[in-house]
This record gives sequence, structure tokens and C-alpha cells, in this order.
Amino acid sequence: MKLVACVKTTPDTTAAVKVEDGKPTWGDAPLVINPWDEYAVEAALQQKETHGGTVTAISVGGEEARIALKHALAMGADDAILISDPALGKADPQAIARILAAAIQKLGGVDLAFFGRQAIDDDSGTSAAQAARLLGWAALTLASVIKVENGSVRVERAIEEGRQAVSAKLPAVISLVKDIGEPRYPSFMGIRRASKVEIPTWSLAQLGVAAPAPVVEYLSLMDAPVREVVCELIKAASPQETADQLVDKIVGEKLL
Amino acid sequence: MNTLVYIDHFKGEALQASWEAVGVGKTLGKVTGLVFGSGLENLIKNAFEFGVDEILSADDTGLADYRAELYASTLKAAFFEHRGDLLLFPTTSRGRELAAMAAIDLDSGPLVDAIALEANGDSLIVTRPIYGGKILAKATCSLRPLIVTLRGRVFPKPAPEPGKTGPVTKIAAATGALTTVEGYSTNEGGVSLTDANVIVSGGRGVSENPALQPPAGMDAKQAEAWRAGQGFAMLKELADVLGGAVSASRAAVDAGYVPYAMQVGQTGKLVAPNIYFACGISGAIQHQAGMRSSKLIVAINKDPEAPIFKLARYGVVGDLFQIVPALTAAFKKRLAK
Repeated sequence: MKLVACVKTTPDTTAAVKVEDGKPTWGDAPLVINPWDEYAVEAALQQKETHGGTVTAISVGGEEARIALKHALAMGADDAILISDPALGKADPQAIARILAAAIQKLGGVDLAFFGRQAIDDDSGTSAAQAARLLGWAALTLASVIKVENGSVRVERAIEEGRQAVSAKLPAVISLVKDIGEPRYPSFMGIRRASKVEIPTWSLAQLGVAAPAPVVEYLSLMDAPVREVVCELIKAASPQETADQLVDKIVGEKLL
Repeated sequence: MNTLVYIDHFKGEALQASWEAVGVGKTLGKVTGLVFGSGLENLIKNAFEFGVDEILSADDTGLADYRAELYASTLKAAFFEHRGDLLLFPTTSRGRELAAMAAIDLDSGPLVDAIALEANGDSLIVTRPIYGGKILAKATCSLRPLIVTLRGRVFPKPAPEPGKTGPVTKIAAATGALTTVEGYSTNEGGVSLTDANVIVSGGRGVSENPALQPPAGMDAKQAEAWRAGQGFAMLKELADVLGGAVSASRAAVDAGYVPYAMQVGQTGKLVAPNIYFACGISGAIQHQAGMRSSKLIVAINKDPEAPIFKLARYGVVGDLFQIVPALTAAFKKRLAK
């Protein structure tokens, strides 16, 4: 099978992200592969292990995008493609979805394209659905279990009410939730290989598309307001009395 | 502004965030409800009562199950026939996906997961949390229709007006399915985390009750799982008394104590209950991203330095295995009055 994992580089989840000069900053917190995208790579590798084939990691961005691609390679992806172009400086998630769809098309013969459920920086969570729509493929989003058989794929989707089992003919786009299984750690050999692999860069001209105009315009950013709350510690002689006092306070808030 | 609101539902039962979206639409002008599915009479009745002015209904057995490609195509055709300035969706699994596809189909852009809206003539500025809620962004889109998804439990749910009705226009259900729905395994009986008014959440420490003695013959791993089961059962008793739901921190999920569907945090669910009890949860920044919008946070933790106390309105520094059962008993007594 020809498998693709779409990945992005983001600041680590523990980064203290703040607004400075109107832009998000995160000090010296490390840049990492978007945590959700590790599941996309993991799911692609699982399918490769079961059915054979190749896993190609794709990322759109500047030099920082290599971090996510190297991680995917270290986990076991066969190759990686960086789509980079000065014209992409202002690309928003919808523009990225268009580029990724074009790249998947250009690769040709792709059976499954895997996405994380969302990127932890812009938190849009729309790329998989949009890429699927652009490709005219089935969108199997929020998948927790994947099974490929006889040219079809069956997934269990994590929805508000539980799980929905859905199947589709290949090719299809799949986005992942964590139930797919903990992403493997890069092996020592994998890391060595990733550091040596030449990652080809495609420009938009090579991809044969114009830079999609951004559709969402950001007017301003601000730090999330600090929760202005002073914690009142409840402490009484016994757990029962502590609980009684706490219940008094909670009931007094009139939120029940 | 003429607003089309997608009424998200499961088997005819609307998600609460759908009504909140109707309420937002009403503040901007006329609201047309979009209802897709099969056997929608009750949903339509509820939609009118929650304030929808008119309804476009695609009631068709082919739409009995949510399928993104069919629902998106139905929506596209409905939009081209009936038009509107703004498409509103609740930020649910289905709403987010349909908004994303509608943006492609209608050559616009989605403003996802808004927590505030400012209307200015025919333009709209939304506030949306990014970076796991660490930053709030004001964003707009110059393309039309505007496409916005609204975060649940942020906007008020309108009070229903019993008996209110309105005109229903039938619209065609799209064909051309790419997927087949094979079935569901639904959550058992519990209150859904995203709708819950009260959430009792446990961390890894919930498995560490020193007073419990696991049954003989268990190995260390089984004993840990057994202890975790007992601990989460204790949290569930408190949640049950308050009509709430139980969730967990990432540490508890990673330890295998509870399924991932119960995880609250940046890589789990985003919740905003009226009351969030954090039991044995230190309150790492990733956890905060999932629960910081809760109205009232109550922390129970043995570590007085735990960051969760910086978010909590009330805190108890102590043993959760003593405090939680005492709270359950005290609420039982109080609520019986």
C-alpha cells in the first residue's frame, strides 16, 4: 500500500506560549512533531507492517517543518517530502489543506492519507476533512481502530455518543485519535537514518499549484486572561467536617 | 444577518451546543435551522421551540446515519438554493467537519471554535482560542458566506417556548455516498463529558488508596488496575449524586486506568462544566488546556504546591480517599433536603 502521513512542527505541549509584539512566542521551548501527528505516523506504520508498502511523510512549511519530518523518518517512515515556498508565508490551515491535497495527488496511487486530529498550535482540526473533500475521497475522521481488507478500509470513529463504525473503498483520508495506540519511540537506528536521509523539497511550481490565498485573517492575539481566582483552602478537624464546609461553599455558588 | 444553523443531533436527539448556536443566531437576526437525517419530526419540533424561525429539512432514509460527504453535499445544495450570510455550527465532531467541508464547497473559510462573536454590519469578528487556549485570537473572514463553529457551553442556551412552530421546507438529500455506516457502540448510560454540568476528574493517584487490600492472587499489575477501578468507582459515586460525569487526567489514561474517551486536556477532551472536581490531579498546563473554562474548580490534592490550586476556587489539601466519600455523603444529605 502507498501510505502518506501529513505532519506539522509545533511547539511542545508544555511550552509557555505567550504573545509578544503581536506574535506567539514560546521562549526556548522545543519544537516537536505535532503530538497528534505522531499518531498519524504510527497508524501508517501499523498498516505498512500488516500489508506492506511505503510510508511517506509530508509537511508544508519552512525549515522548522524538517523537525516533524525527521521524527517521522526516525519512527520508520520510508521517505519524506518538504513542501516549502516563500509564497506560503501566510498560509492558513485551509491553504495547507489545499497544498497537501495537491501533493497527495501528485504522488499518485496513494491508498491512505493519515492526519492527526488537529495541530496543537492553530487548533483548527479541519485539514483532514478539507483534504478529503478536495480529493473527492472518503473522510474517515477521528479514527480509533483501522482495518484494511480487500481494497476497503473500516474504521471506528470516536464521536460524542461513543463509536461509529464506517467503511469506505480506498483511497481514503483518515484522521486519528489516541486510541490507535501509543506512537512508537524513534529507534537509535531510525534516528541515525533520519539524520542522513536527504529530504527533497518541492516548491509550489513543482507541485503545479498557485499559493492559495489565506481565508482567515487574524486581527490580533492576546494572552488568555489569567483566571482571577484566589483559592480558599477548606480545613476542618475531620474529613466529614471539611466535606460539610466545602458542600456549603459549593451549594452557595448556585451552580448545581 | 440571515443565519443558517446546522442542528447537530444523534438519532434525532440534538446536542445542547446546537441550541446554543440557535441562540447566537437569534441575536443576529433571522435563523433558519438545517436538519438532516431520517425521522426528524421531534427534532424539528424542538428546533422551533428553541427559537428557530424556519427549517430546511432533508428527511431521508439515505441520511439516517451521519456521513460527512452526504451531509456536506446536502448542505451545499441547500445553501445554493436558499442562501444566507452566515452558517453556524456547534463545534462538535460533526459540526467541525461539516464546517470544514462547507468552506471548500462554498469557497469561503471556516472560523473554528469561536468563544465570542462581534457583529459589525455584515462582518463578524470571532475570538477563538489557539495554542490549547494559551492564546486568544481575534479573527475574521472577508469571504461569504461566513462559516463559524461555536464552542459548546460558552454561549447561553435559549429558553424553549413550548408550542412554537414555523414553516418547514423540504430539501433534497444528496446522493453519492463514499462511506457505509456499519453500526455504533454507544456510551453506556453515562452523562456525556461535553454536556455535563458537573465533572469529577481523577489523576493517577486515584489508584493509590493505602487502605485498600487487593484480593489475594493478583500480581502487581492486576492489583494496580483493581485499585484504579476502586478509585474511579469512588469518583463515580460523587458524580452520580450530582448528576455528573467522570473524567481523567492523561496520566490516568496512559496508565491504562480508564479509556482515552475520558481524558480531559490538550490531547483529550475540552470540557467546561459548571463544577469541575480535580481529584489527585496536579494540574499540568496540558490538563489546564482542557478544563480551564470550567465555571468553578474544586481541587483535592495532597500536595499543597500543586498548580491546580492556582486555578481552583476551593481546595482541600488532604487525602482524596477520605475527602471524596465524605463529600459524596455530605452532598447526598444536602440534596435530599
